[in-house]
Amino acid sequence: MVSFSAVAKRYPGGDEALKSVSFSVESGELAFITGRSGAGKSTLLKLIPAIERPTSGSVIVHGQNVGALKRGAIPYLRRNIGLVFQDQKLLYDRSVFDNVVLPLAFSGHAPREAARRARAALDKVGLLAREKSNPIQLSGGEQQRVAIARAVVNRPALLIADEPTANLDAESATLILDVFLGFNQVGVTVLIATHDQALIERYGKRVLRLDQGKIA
Amino acid sequence: MRPWLRQHRQALLSALRRLGVLNAVVIGVALSLPAGGYALLESLRGVAGRFALDAQISVFLRPEAKRAEAEALGKALRADRRIEKVRFVPREDAIRELSAVQGLPELIAALGQNPLPDAYVVTAQETQVQTLSTDLAKLPGVAYVQADAVWARRLAALAGIARLALWLLSALLGIGLVAVTFNTIRLQILTQREEIEVSKLIGATDGFIRRPFYYLGLLQGLAGGCVAIAIVASGLALLNREVRVLAESYGSRFRFSFVPFGDALAIVLFAGLLGWLGAQLSVSRHLRHIEPA
Repeated sequence: MVSFSAVAKRYPGGDEALKSVSFSVESGELAFITGRSGAGKSTLLKLIPAIERPTSGSVIVHGQNVGALKRGAIPYLRRNIGLVFQDQKLLYDRSVFDNVVLPLAFSGHAPREAARRARAALDKVGLLAREKSNPIQLSGGEQQRVAIARAVVNRPALLIADEPTANLDAESATLILDVFLGFNQVGVTVLIATHDQALIERYGKRVLRLDQGKIA
Repeated sequence: MRPWLRQHRQALLSALRRLGVLNAVVIGVALSLPAGGYALLESLRGVAGRFALDAQISVFLRPEAKRAEAEALGKALRADRRIEKVRFVPREDAIRELSAVQGLPELIAALGQNPLPDAYVVTAQETQVQTLSTDLAKLPGVAYVQADAVWARRLAALAGIARLALWLLSALLGIGLVAVTFNTIRLQILTQREEIEVSKLIGATDGFIRRPFYYLGLLQGLAGGCVAIAIVASGLALLNREVRVLAESYGSRFRFSFVPFGDALAIVLFAGLLGWLGAQLSVSRHLRHIEPA
Protein backbone atom coordinates (compact mmCIF):
# COMPACT_ATOMS: atom_id res chain seq x y z
CA MET A 1 0.00 0.00 0.00
CA VAL A 2 2.72 2.46 1.07
CA SER A 3 6.36 1.76 0.48
CA PHE A 4 9.37 3.99 1.16
CA SER A 5 12.80 3.04 -0.07
CA ALA A 6 15.90 5.04 0.86
CA VAL A 7 13.86 8.23 1.03
CA ALA A 8 15.72 11.43 1.88
CA LYS A 9 14.19 14.85 2.19
CA ARG A 10 16.28 17.96 2.45
CA TYR A 11 14.54 21.32 2.66
CA PRO A 12 15.95 24.34 0.88
CA GLY A 13 18.56 25.79 3.22
CA GLY A 14 20.12 22.42 3.95
CA ASP A 15 17.80 21.25 6.72
CA GLU A 16 17.76 17.47 6.37
CA ALA A 17 14.42 16.16 7.67
CA LEU A 18 14.79 12.56 6.50
CA LYS A 19 18.13 10.85 5.82
CA SER A 20 17.27 7.42 4.56
CA VAL A 21 13.88 5.99 5.34
CA SER A 22 12.76 2.58 4.16
CA PHE A 23 9.66 0.74 5.26
CA SER A 24 6.44 -0.54 3.86
CA VAL A 25 2.93 -0.76 5.18
CA GLU A 26 0.67 -3.48 3.86
CA SER A 27 -2.92 -3.01 2.85
CA GLY A 28 -5.23 -3.20 5.87
CA GLU A 29 -2.47 -2.48 8.37
CA LEU A 30 -2.56 0.14 11.14
CA ALA A 31 0.80 1.58 12.08
CA PHE A 32 2.00 4.37 14.36
CA ILE A 33 4.88 6.61 13.42
CA THR A 34 6.56 8.01 16.45
CA GLY A 35 9.61 9.96 17.48
CA ARG A 36 10.49 13.23 19.18
CA SER A 37 9.22 16.45 17.68
CA GLY A 38 11.44 17.38 14.80
CA ALA A 39 12.27 13.76 14.09
CA GLY A 40 10.62 14.03 10.67
CA LYS A 41 7.18 12.51 11.31
CA SER A 42 5.28 15.29 9.57
CA THR A 43 7.68 15.35 6.64
CA LEU A 44 7.30 11.59 6.20
CA LEU A 45 3.51 11.84 6.12
CA LYS A 46 3.57 14.82 3.71
CA LEU A 47 5.50 12.75 1.18
CA ILE A 48 2.63 10.29 0.83
CA PRO A 49 -0.01 12.68 -0.66
CA ALA A 50 2.77 14.55 -2.52
CA ILE A 51 2.49 17.68 -0.39
CA GLU A 52 6.27 17.41 -0.33
CA ARG A 53 8.48 15.61 -2.83
CA PRO A 54 11.41 13.41 -1.76
CA THR A 55 14.91 14.69 -2.52
CA SER A 56 15.96 11.14 -3.30
CA GLY A 57 14.58 7.63 -2.98
CA SER A 58 11.10 6.56 -3.94
CA VAL A 59 7.69 6.75 -2.32
CA ILE A 60 5.21 4.26 -3.75
CA VAL A 61 1.50 4.66 -2.91
CA HIS A 62 -1.19 2.47 -4.48
CA GLY A 63 1.56 1.27 -6.85
CA GLN A 64 2.32 4.82 -8.07
CA ASN A 65 5.66 6.54 -7.65
CA VAL A 66 4.35 9.63 -5.91
CA GLY A 67 7.59 11.58 -6.15
CA ALA A 68 7.43 11.46 -9.94
CA LEU A 69 3.72 12.27 -10.32
CA LYS A 70 2.78 15.09 -12.65
CA ARG A 71 1.20 18.12 -11.02
CA GLY A 72 -2.13 17.44 -12.68
CA ALA A 73 -2.32 13.89 -11.31
CA ILE A 74 -1.85 14.87 -7.67
CA PRO A 75 -5.51 15.77 -6.91
CA TYR A 76 -6.60 12.30 -8.01
CA LEU A 77 -3.96 10.71 -5.77
CA ARG A 78 -5.20 12.80 -2.83
CA ARG A 79 -8.80 11.73 -3.36
CA ASN A 80 -7.68 8.20 -2.57
CA ILE A 81 -5.96 9.23 0.64
CA GLY A 82 -7.83 10.49 3.68
CA LEU A 83 -5.83 13.23 5.37
CA VAL A 84 -6.27 14.29 8.99
CA PHE A 85 -4.19 17.17 10.27
CA GLN A 86 -3.18 18.23 13.73
CA ASP A 87 -4.97 21.55 13.22
CA GLN A 88 -8.02 19.98 11.52
CA LYS A 89 -8.01 22.53 8.69
CA LEU A 90 -11.77 22.89 8.78
CA LEU A 91 -13.47 25.84 7.12
CA TYR A 92 -15.28 27.99 9.65
CA ASP A 93 -17.42 29.86 7.16
CA ARG A 94 -19.72 26.87 6.66
CA SER A 95 -21.51 24.12 8.52
CA VAL A 96 -20.12 20.79 9.64
CA PHE A 97 -22.08 19.12 6.87
CA ASP A 98 -20.68 21.46 4.20
CA ASN A 99 -17.15 20.77 5.44
CA VAL A 100 -17.63 17.05 5.14
CA VAL A 101 -19.32 17.18 1.74
CA LEU A 102 -16.59 19.40 0.24
CA PRO A 103 -14.34 16.65 -1.22
CA LEU A 104 -17.32 15.15 -3.04
CA ALA A 105 -17.88 18.42 -4.89
CA PHE A 106 -14.42 18.08 -6.46
CA SER A 107 -15.33 14.76 -8.00
CA GLY A 108 -18.72 16.00 -9.21
CA HIS A 109 -20.97 13.67 -7.22
CA ALA A 110 -24.71 14.17 -7.53
CA PRO A 111 -25.94 16.28 -4.60
CA ARG A 112 -28.20 13.60 -3.20
CA GLU A 113 -25.52 10.92 -3.32
CA ALA A 114 -22.98 13.35 -1.84
CA ALA A 115 -25.33 14.26 1.00
CA ARG A 116 -26.01 10.63 1.74
CA ARG A 117 -22.29 9.86 1.89
CA ALA A 118 -21.51 12.89 4.02
CA ARG A 119 -24.18 11.92 6.54
CA ALA A 120 -22.89 8.34 6.59
CA ALA A 121 -19.39 9.64 7.32
CA LEU A 122 -20.68 11.96 10.07
CA ASP A 123 -22.64 9.06 11.52
CA LYS A 124 -19.50 6.93 11.71
CA VAL A 125 -17.71 9.56 13.81
CA GLY A 126 -20.84 10.02 15.94
CA LEU A 127 -21.59 13.62 14.92
CA LEU A 128 -24.62 13.27 12.69
CA ALA A 129 -26.65 15.33 15.16
CA ARG A 130 -24.26 18.28 14.74
CA GLU A 131 -24.31 18.50 10.94
CA LYS A 132 -25.88 21.96 10.94
CA SER A 133 -23.51 23.43 13.54
CA ASN A 134 -20.57 25.58 12.68
CA PRO A 135 -17.32 23.78 13.48
CA ILE A 136 -16.37 26.63 15.81
CA GLN A 137 -19.20 25.58 18.15
CA LEU A 138 -17.67 22.13 18.54
CA SER A 139 -15.03 20.98 21.03
CA GLY A 140 -11.50 20.21 19.82
CA GLY A 141 -12.19 16.49 19.86
CA GLU A 142 -15.42 16.91 17.94
CA GLN A 143 -13.71 19.13 15.36
CA GLN A 144 -11.09 16.43 14.88
CA ARG A 145 -13.86 13.90 14.30
CA VAL A 146 -15.42 16.20 11.68
CA ALA A 147 -12.00 16.30 10.01
CA ILE A 148 -11.93 12.50 10.05
CA ALA A 149 -15.41 12.36 8.52
CA ARG A 150 -14.21 14.68 5.75
CA ALA A 151 -11.14 12.46 5.25
CA VAL A 152 -13.17 9.28 4.82
CA VAL A 153 -16.10 10.66 2.82
CA ASN A 154 -14.40 9.68 -0.45
CA ARG A 155 -13.96 6.14 1.01
CA PRO A 156 -10.19 6.14 0.65
CA ALA A 157 -8.21 2.92 1.08
CA LEU A 158 -5.56 4.82 3.04
CA LEU A 159 -6.00 7.14 6.01
CA ILE A 160 -3.15 9.33 7.23
CA ALA A 161 -3.23 11.35 10.44
CA ASP A 162 -0.57 13.74 11.67
CA GLU A 163 -0.73 14.12 15.47
CA PRO A 164 -4.52 13.89 15.50
CA THR A 165 -4.69 13.84 19.28
CA ALA A 166 -1.97 16.38 20.08
CA ASN A 167 -4.26 19.03 21.53
CA LEU A 168 -6.85 16.76 23.06
CA ASP A 169 -7.50 15.44 26.55
CA ALA A 170 -7.01 11.72 27.13
CA GLU A 171 -10.69 10.88 26.84
CA SER A 172 -11.14 12.67 23.48
CA ALA A 173 -7.88 11.18 22.25
CA THR A 174 -9.10 7.67 23.00
CA LEU A 175 -12.34 8.41 21.20
CA ILE A 176 -10.43 9.59 18.12
CA LEU A 177 -8.20 6.55 18.08
CA ASP A 178 -11.21 4.28 18.42
CA VAL A 179 -12.65 5.89 15.30
CA PHE A 180 -9.42 5.16 13.41
CA LEU A 181 -9.44 1.62 14.74
CA GLY A 182 -13.00 1.21 13.51
CA PHE A 183 -12.00 2.19 9.98
CA ASN A 184 -9.00 -0.11 10.13
CA GLN A 185 -11.24 -3.00 11.11
CA VAL A 186 -13.23 -2.57 7.89
CA GLY A 187 -10.04 -2.77 5.82
CA VAL A 188 -8.73 0.80 5.64
CA THR A 189 -4.96 1.14 5.93
CA VAL A 190 -4.18 3.67 8.65
CA LEU A 191 -0.97 5.58 9.38
CA ILE A 192 -0.90 7.75 12.50
CA ALA A 193 1.97 9.98 13.57
CA THR A 194 2.01 10.65 17.30
CA HIS A 195 4.43 11.21 20.14
CA ASP A 196 1.93 9.97 22.73
CA GLN A 197 3.75 6.89 24.01
CA ALA A 198 0.97 5.80 26.37
CA LEU A 199 -1.55 5.76 23.56
CA ILE A 200 0.69 3.68 21.32
CA GLU A 201 1.30 1.10 24.01
CA ARG A 202 -2.38 0.71 24.75
CA TYR A 203 -3.16 -0.39 21.20
CA GLY A 204 -0.28 -2.79 20.66
CA LYS A 205 -0.01 -2.08 16.93
CA ARG A 206 3.06 -1.78 14.71
CA VAL A 207 5.31 1.16 15.55
CA LEU A 208 7.76 2.88 13.20
CA ARG A 209 10.18 4.87 15.34
CA LEU A 210 11.86 7.82 13.65
CA ASP A 211 15.13 9.04 15.09
CA GLN A 212 17.35 11.65 13.45
CA GLY A 213 15.79 11.17 10.06
CA LYS A 214 15.93 7.36 10.08
CA ILE A 215 13.67 4.52 11.13
CA ALA A 216 15.27 3.20 14.29
CA MET B 1 -26.59 15.68 -14.91
CA ARG B 2 -23.05 15.04 -16.08
CA PRO B 3 -20.33 15.64 -13.47
CA TRP B 4 -18.54 18.31 -15.51
CA LEU B 5 -21.79 20.14 -16.12
CA ARG B 6 -22.59 19.97 -12.42
CA GLN B 7 -19.16 21.36 -11.59
CA HIS B 8 -19.66 24.26 -13.98
CA ARG B 9 -23.04 24.99 -12.48
CA GLN B 10 -21.50 24.88 -9.03
CA ALA B 11 -18.73 27.28 -10.08
CA LEU B 12 -21.29 29.61 -11.67
CA LEU B 13 -23.45 29.65 -8.55
CA SER B 14 -20.48 30.29 -6.31
CA ALA B 15 -19.42 33.15 -8.62
CA LEU B 16 -22.95 34.57 -8.55
CA ARG B 17 -22.88 34.63 -4.76
CA ARG B 18 -19.68 36.66 -4.82
CA LEU B 19 -20.70 39.04 -7.59
CA GLY B 20 -20.50 42.56 -6.19
CA VAL B 21 -23.00 45.19 -7.33
CA LEU B 22 -20.49 47.95 -6.74
CA ASN B 23 -17.90 46.46 -9.09
CA ALA B 24 -20.49 46.08 -11.83
CA VAL B 25 -21.46 49.73 -11.36
CA VAL B 26 -17.84 50.91 -11.52
CA ILE B 27 -17.29 48.99 -14.75
CA GLY B 28 -20.67 50.10 -16.08
CA VAL B 29 -19.99 53.79 -15.49
CA ALA B 30 -16.59 53.52 -17.13
CA LEU B 31 -17.99 51.69 -20.16
CA SER B 32 -20.97 54.02 -20.51
CA LEU B 33 -18.62 56.83 -21.62
CA PRO B 34 -17.46 55.25 -24.89
CA ALA B 35 -20.80 53.51 -25.42
CA GLY B 36 -22.70 56.79 -24.97
CA GLY B 37 -20.22 58.67 -27.14
CA TYR B 38 -20.71 56.05 -29.81
CA ALA B 39 -24.50 56.45 -29.68
CA LEU B 40 -24.27 60.26 -29.97
CA LEU B 41 -21.81 60.07 -32.82
CA GLU B 42 -23.88 57.58 -34.77
CA SER B 43 -26.95 59.81 -34.42
CA LEU B 44 -25.05 62.87 -35.63
CA ARG B 45 -23.66 60.92 -38.53
CA GLY B 46 -27.21 60.31 -39.65
CA VAL B 47 -27.71 64.06 -39.79
CA ALA B 48 -24.40 64.75 -41.50
CA GLY B 49 -25.21 62.13 -44.08
CA ARG B 50 -28.16 64.20 -45.22
CA PHE B 51 -25.82 66.99 -46.33
CA ALA B 52 -24.74 66.63 -49.90
CA LEU B 53 -21.39 65.01 -50.04
CA ASP B 54 -21.31 65.31 -53.82
CA ALA B 55 -19.34 68.21 -55.15
CA GLN B 56 -22.00 70.90 -55.31
CA ILE B 57 -21.07 74.56 -55.40
CA SER B 58 -23.57 77.36 -54.93
CA VAL B 59 -22.72 80.51 -56.87
CA PHE B 60 -24.63 83.58 -55.66
CA LEU B 61 -24.89 86.62 -57.89
CA ARG B 62 -24.81 90.18 -56.74
CA PRO B 63 -28.37 91.19 -55.77
CA GLU B 64 -28.33 94.10 -58.21
CA ALA B 65 -27.21 91.90 -61.12
CA LYS B 66 -29.53 91.91 -64.13
CA ARG B 67 -31.00 88.75 -65.65
CA ALA B 68 -28.84 89.29 -68.77
CA GLU B 69 -25.74 89.29 -66.62
CA ALA B 70 -26.93 86.09 -65.07
CA GLU B 71 -27.41 84.48 -68.44
CA ALA B 72 -23.92 85.50 -69.52
CA LEU B 73 -22.53 83.91 -66.40
CA GLY B 74 -24.54 80.77 -67.15
CA LYS B 75 -22.87 80.52 -70.53
CA ALA B 76 -19.45 80.87 -68.99
CA LEU B 77 -20.25 78.17 -66.48
CA ARG B 78 -21.51 75.76 -69.11
CA ALA B 79 -18.34 76.34 -71.08
CA ASP B 80 -16.14 75.34 -68.15
CA ARG B 81 -15.01 71.74 -68.58
CA ARG B 82 -14.60 71.15 -64.89
CA ILE B 83 -18.30 71.58 -64.41
CA GLU B 84 -20.61 68.68 -65.07
CA LYS B 85 -24.02 70.15 -64.37
CA VAL B 86 -25.41 73.65 -64.07
CA ARG B 87 -28.77 74.54 -62.55
CA PHE B 88 -30.11 78.07 -62.44
CA VAL B 89 -32.11 79.06 -59.37
CA PRO B 90 -33.89 82.38 -60.02
CA ARG B 91 -34.49 84.61 -56.99
CA GLU B 92 -38.27 84.02 -57.28
CA ASP B 93 -37.83 80.27 -56.96
CA ALA B 94 -35.46 80.72 -54.07
CA ILE B 95 -37.92 82.82 -52.07
CA ARG B 96 -40.67 80.31 -52.78
CA GLU B 97 -38.51 77.48 -51.45
CA LEU B 98 -37.72 79.49 -48.38
CA SER B 99 -41.40 80.24 -47.81
CA ALA B 100 -42.04 76.54 -47.48
CA VAL B 101 -39.91 76.45 -44.32
CA GLN B 102 -42.01 76.71 -41.20
CA GLY B 103 -42.13 80.13 -39.57
CA LEU B 104 -40.42 81.96 -42.38
CA PRO B 105 -43.37 83.24 -44.54
CA GLU B 106 -44.24 85.84 -41.88
CA LEU B 107 -40.64 86.99 -41.84
CA ILE B 108 -40.46 87.18 -45.62
CA ALA B 109 -43.72 89.08 -45.78
CA ALA B 110 -42.30 91.56 -43.28
CA LEU B 111 -39.31 92.16 -45.52
CA GLY B 112 -41.54 93.52 -48.26
CA GLN B 113 -39.18 92.80 -51.13
CA ASN B 114 -37.21 89.69 -52.10
CA PRO B 115 -33.74 89.96 -50.56
CA LEU B 116 -32.42 86.87 -52.32
CA PRO B 117 -30.08 86.94 -55.32
CA ASP B 118 -30.16 84.73 -58.37
CA ALA B 119 -27.94 81.73 -58.02
CA TYR B 120 -26.41 78.84 -59.88
CA VAL B 121 -25.96 75.43 -58.37
CA VAL B 122 -23.17 73.66 -60.21
CA THR B 123 -21.93 70.13 -59.81
CA ALA B 124 -18.19 69.98 -60.28
CA GLN B 125 -15.79 67.14 -60.80
CA GLU B 126 -14.93 65.72 -57.39
CA THR B 127 -11.27 66.77 -57.35
CA GLN B 128 -11.80 70.31 -58.65
CA VAL B 129 -14.14 71.72 -56.01
CA GLN B 130 -11.57 73.78 -54.14
CA THR B 131 -9.85 75.43 -57.12
CA LEU B 132 -13.05 75.80 -59.05
CA SER B 133 -14.78 77.70 -56.28
CA THR B 134 -11.86 80.14 -56.08
CA ASP B 135 -12.02 80.65 -59.84
CA LEU B 136 -15.79 81.10 -59.85
CA ALA B 137 -15.57 83.79 -57.20
CA LYS B 138 -13.55 85.92 -59.66
CA LEU B 139 -16.16 85.81 -62.43
CA PRO B 140 -18.05 89.06 -63.08
CA GLY B 141 -21.38 89.45 -61.27
CA VAL B 142 -20.55 86.78 -58.66
CA ALA B 143 -20.99 87.87 -55.05
CA TYR B 144 -20.31 84.73 -53.11
CA VAL B 145 -19.37 81.11 -53.73
CA GLN B 146 -20.19 78.38 -51.27
CA ALA B 147 -18.90 74.87 -51.62
CA ASP B 148 -21.16 72.62 -49.49
CA ALA B 149 -18.87 69.67 -50.08
CA VAL B 150 -16.06 71.41 -48.23
CA TRP B 151 -18.24 71.77 -45.20
CA ALA B 152 -19.44 68.22 -45.48
CA ARG B 153 -15.85 67.06 -45.65
CA ARG B 154 -14.89 69.11 -42.64
CA LEU B 155 -17.79 67.63 -40.73
CA ALA B 156 -16.79 64.14 -41.81
CA ALA B 157 -13.20 64.81 -40.72
CA LEU B 158 -14.40 66.06 -37.35
CA ALA B 159 -16.55 62.99 -36.94
CA GLY B 160 -13.53 60.88 -37.85
CA ILE B 161 -11.47 62.53 -35.13
CA ALA B 162 -14.25 62.06 -32.61
CA ARG B 163 -14.53 58.41 -33.58
CA LEU B 164 -10.79 57.91 -33.15
CA ALA B 165 -10.95 59.60 -29.76
CA LEU B 166 -13.74 57.22 -28.81
CA TRP B 167 -11.69 54.24 -29.85
CA LEU B 168 -8.79 55.44 -27.72
CA LEU B 169 -11.13 56.01 -24.80
CA SER B 170 -12.59 52.54 -25.27
CA ALA B 171 -9.15 50.97 -25.34
CA LEU B 172 -8.12 52.79 -22.16
CA LEU B 173 -11.30 51.90 -20.33
CA GLY B 174 -11.02 48.34 -21.61
CA ILE B 175 -7.60 48.12 -19.98
CA GLY B 176 -9.18 49.65 -16.89
CA LEU B 177 -11.84 46.95 -16.89
CA VAL B 178 -9.20 44.23 -17.07
CA ALA B 179 -7.32 45.89 -14.19
CA VAL B 180 -10.46 46.23 -12.05
CA THR B 181 -11.28 42.56 -12.58
CA PHE B 182 -7.67 41.57 -11.94
CA ASN B 183 -7.79 43.30 -8.59
CA THR B 184 -11.25 42.02 -7.63
CA ILE B 185 -10.15 38.47 -8.30
CA ARG B 186 -6.91 39.02 -6.41
CA LEU B 187 -8.84 40.18 -3.33
CA GLN B 188 -11.28 37.32 -3.72
CA ILE B 189 -8.39 34.82 -3.87
CA LEU B 190 -6.88 36.35 -0.74
CA THR B 191 -10.23 36.11 1.07
CA GLN B 192 -10.60 32.49 0.06
CA ARG B 193 -6.98 31.58 0.63
CA GLU B 194 -7.76 29.10 3.38
CA GLU B 195 -10.51 27.42 1.40
CA ILE B 196 -8.20 27.15 -1.60
CA GLU B 197 -5.40 25.64 0.48
CA VAL B 198 -7.66 23.10 2.13
CA SER B 199 -9.33 22.25 -1.17
CA LYS B 200 -5.96 21.58 -2.79
CA LEU B 201 -4.99 19.37 0.14
CA ILE B 202 -8.05 17.20 -0.13
CA GLY B 203 -8.10 16.62 -3.86
CA ALA B 204 -9.46 19.62 -5.75
CA THR B 205 -8.00 20.02 -9.23
CA ASP B 206 -6.58 23.37 -10.35
CA GLY B 207 -9.48 23.61 -12.77
CA PHE B 208 -12.02 23.22 -10.00
CA ILE B 209 -10.38 25.97 -7.97
CA ARG B 210 -9.96 28.36 -10.88
CA ARG B 211 -13.38 27.96 -12.44
CA PRO B 212 -15.40 30.11 -10.00
CA PHE B 213 -12.94 32.95 -10.48
CA TYR B 214 -13.22 32.79 -14.25
CA TYR B 215 -16.97 32.88 -13.93
CA LEU B 216 -16.74 35.77 -11.49
CA GLY B 217 -14.63 37.80 -13.95
CA LEU B 218 -16.95 36.97 -16.82
CA LEU B 219 -20.13 37.77 -14.89
CA GLN B 220 -18.69 40.98 -13.54
CA GLY B 221 -17.81 42.09 -17.06
CA LEU B 222 -21.24 41.13 -18.40
CA ALA B 223 -22.99 42.88 -15.52
CA GLY B 224 -20.82 45.97 -16.07
CA GLY B 225 -21.71 45.92 -19.76
CA CYS B 226 -25.42 45.73 -18.92
CA VAL B 227 -25.09 48.61 -16.47
CA ALA B 228 -23.33 50.65 -19.17
CA ILE B 229 -26.11 49.98 -21.67
CA ALA B 230 -28.72 50.90 -19.06
CA ILE B 231 -26.89 54.16 -18.28
CA VAL B 232 -26.63 55.05 -21.98
CA ALA B 233 -30.28 54.18 -22.60
CA SER B 234 -31.59 56.27 -19.74
CA GLY B 235 -29.14 59.10 -20.51
CA LEU B 236 -30.31 59.25 -24.12
CA ALA B 237 -33.95 59.07 -23.06
CA LEU B 238 -33.40 62.10 -20.81
CA LEU B 239 -31.50 63.97 -23.52
CA ASN B 240 -34.17 63.22 -26.11
CA ARG B 241 -36.89 64.84 -23.98
CA GLU B 242 -35.02 68.14 -24.32
CA VAL B 243 -33.77 67.53 -27.84
CA ARG B 244 -37.34 66.91 -29.03
CA VAL B 245 -38.43 70.38 -27.91
CA LEU B 246 -35.43 72.00 -29.56
CA ALA B 247 -35.69 69.96 -32.77
CA GLU B 248 -39.40 70.66 -33.13
CA SER B 249 -38.77 74.39 -32.93
CA TYR B 250 -36.65 73.89 -36.04
CA GLY B 251 -39.33 71.70 -37.61
CA SER B 252 -37.04 68.69 -37.33
CA ARG B 253 -37.82 65.22 -36.08
CA PHE B 254 -34.26 64.65 -34.95
CA ARG B 255 -33.70 62.34 -31.97
CA PHE B 256 -30.61 60.67 -30.59
CA SER B 257 -31.12 57.07 -31.54
CA PHE B 258 -30.08 54.32 -29.15
CA VAL B 259 -27.21 51.96 -29.94
CA PRO B 260 -28.56 49.23 -32.26
CA PHE B 261 -29.34 45.95 -30.49
CA GLY B 262 -26.45 44.12 -32.17
CA ASP B 263 -23.96 46.76 -31.06
CA ALA B 264 -25.35 46.80 -27.52
CA LEU B 265 -25.01 43.03 -27.37
CA ALA B 266 -21.46 43.30 -28.69
CA ILE B 267 -20.59 45.83 -25.97
CA VAL B 268 -21.94 43.54 -23.24
CA LEU B 269 -20.19 40.47 -24.63
CA PHE B 270 -16.92 42.32 -25.09
CA ALA B 271 -17.09 43.55 -21.49
CA GLY B 272 -17.64 39.94 -20.42
CA LEU B 273 -14.65 38.84 -22.45
CA LEU B 274 -12.42 41.50 -20.89
CA GLY B 275 -13.63 40.48 -17.42
CA TRP B 276 -12.77 36.89 -18.16
CA LEU B 277 -9.34 37.99 -19.40
CA GLY B 278 -8.72 39.95 -16.19
CA ALA B 279 -9.73 36.91 -14.14
CA GLN B 280 -7.48 34.67 -16.21
CA LEU B 281 -4.47 36.96 -15.66
CA SER B 282 -5.19 37.34 -11.97
CA VAL B 283 -5.77 33.66 -11.32
CA SER B 284 -2.63 32.51 -13.08
CA ARG B 285 -0.64 35.16 -11.24
CA HIS B 286 -2.02 34.67 -7.74
CA LEU B 287 -3.09 31.05 -7.42
CA ARG B 288 0.37 29.79 -8.15
CA HIS B 289 1.57 31.15 -4.82
CA ILE B 290 -1.00 29.26 -2.82
CA GLU B 291 0.46 25.82 -2.29
CA PRO B 292 -0.42 23.72 0.71
CA ALA B 293 2.54 22.72 2.86
